[in-house]
Amino acid sequence: MERPIRVIVAKPGLDGHDRGAKVIARALRDAGMEVIYTGLRQTPEQIVNAVVQEDADCVALSILSGAHNTLLPKVVELLNAEGAQDVLVIGGGVIPEEDIPFLKEQGVAEIFTPGTPTTVTIDFIRANIKR
Amino acid sequence: MSERLFYPSKGLGGTMDIHTLQDRLLQGDRRAAARLITLIENHDPEGHAILKALYHLSGKAYVIGITGPPGAGKSTLTDKLVKLVRKLNLKVAVIAVDPTSPYTGGAILGDRIRMSDVATDPGVFIRSMGARGHLGGISEATASAVKILDIYGADYIFVETVGVGQSEIDIVKNCDTTVMVMVPGLGDDIQAIKAGVMEIGDVFAVNKADRDGAQKTAREINTMLDFSPKAWRPPVSMAVAVKNEGIDTLMAHIMDHKHYLESEGLLAQRRRDNAKSELIERVKDAVLSALLKDQESLDRVETLADLVAGRQEDPYTAVSKLLEGIRLAR
Repeated sequence: MERPIRVIVAKPGLDGHDRGAKVIARALRDAGMEVIYTGLRQTPEQIVNAVVQEDADCVALSILSGAHNTLLPKVVELLNAEGAQDVLVIGGGVIPEEDIPFLKEQGVAEIFTPGTPTTVTIDFIRANIKR
Repeated sequence: MSERLFYPSKGLGGTMDIHTLQDRLLQGDRRAAARLITLIENHDPEGHAILKALYHLSGKAYVIGITGPPGAGKSTLTDKLVKLVRKLNLKVAVIAVDPTSPYTGGAILGDRIRMSDVATDPGVFIRSMGARGHLGGISEATASAVKILDIYGADYIFVETVGVGQSEIDIVKNCDTTVMVMVPGLGDDIQAIKAGVMEIGDVFAVNKADRDGAQKTAREINTMLDFSPKAWRPPVSMAVAVKNEGIDTLMAHIMDHKHYLESEGLLAQRRRDNAKSELIERVKDAVLSALLKDQESLDRVETLADLVAGRQEDPYTAVSKLLEGIRLAR
């Protein structure tokens, strides 16, 4: 069954910069995906609610505030509590190299730092969604 | 460790068969509701089977359509209306439809941004849907999503869509009460008499009423409504959704219309008319998908398009040929 991939693009935490999230949202849209953008300053609870109700295949979290080590694992934890382990979790933003192994250990599938071509992210999502 | 509940694109096998999904929907499980809407959106036969089995349980929810031009504040108004209904401790669902790019099939669905007030309320279920282009049958998918959320247990369902394009108008037309959201400054009063706009609304709201020209817009709407008297005269109210102003009055107008339909025995009639237009829509969709169902069919369309453009064939004959060639699924 041919169907568009559904992706939640979300901004967890308190930074107010969503240029990157919007660029990603547009790139995914132009790749034929249905992108649900939830806006700025979302709590992990709001994001996970959106993922469940929208039945998303992937959640893309953009974060520039430095709180990634807290908020990204929290999203994964809440998804697991919902029984939504089949949702692909990816992150992006100014995230230092040395934090990436920890985030992956916590269940974030990949981190895309500034300068990543959007095609890399698109290909990653297509190759890794779980259904 | 990971319990994979549903396998939509590979059938519903594994730990979750069609009956489990059905049972979980009946218990008000939101993941089951969410997954079923996905199945329906993708024209999955499993989804159709579930809706066939449960259809008789729908019809309990009251369905309110919210429409109006882009940027009128439909999502913000919906957010505030939902909050008001939640005070009565009733379960609410929202279906927000946004356009799909005709070129890539992709879409950005942004209505949730405006609904963050109710985003974590367990009594609210919000679903965004892309219109998905010519083959989408969005009015069909939306009508089915409404039924799923009805069976899921929603007391009120808001369906929000831009009032542009026939299929979007079909969606809101097929609600119990349709709210037309207008804003000041969109143009002269001729905009209001363009086809469709005035006829669809059961209730009118002039949003962004703190802006210049709001009174004038309301006056123009009122004049137009008085121009063609009907048994139900749609009320017009002012609102400033972002400041939560005028929401009570708008909700009261919606309830007035609901009571009017119920007390006059018109709700059953309206739902019957809606069922009829839904059936016609579904037949249209079935014909269209049969016409474009595989490469062979698509090639036939392309070939005939070439001939028609080259004036070697006229469009009437071409249409007859296409209709002869299609085999409809039953």
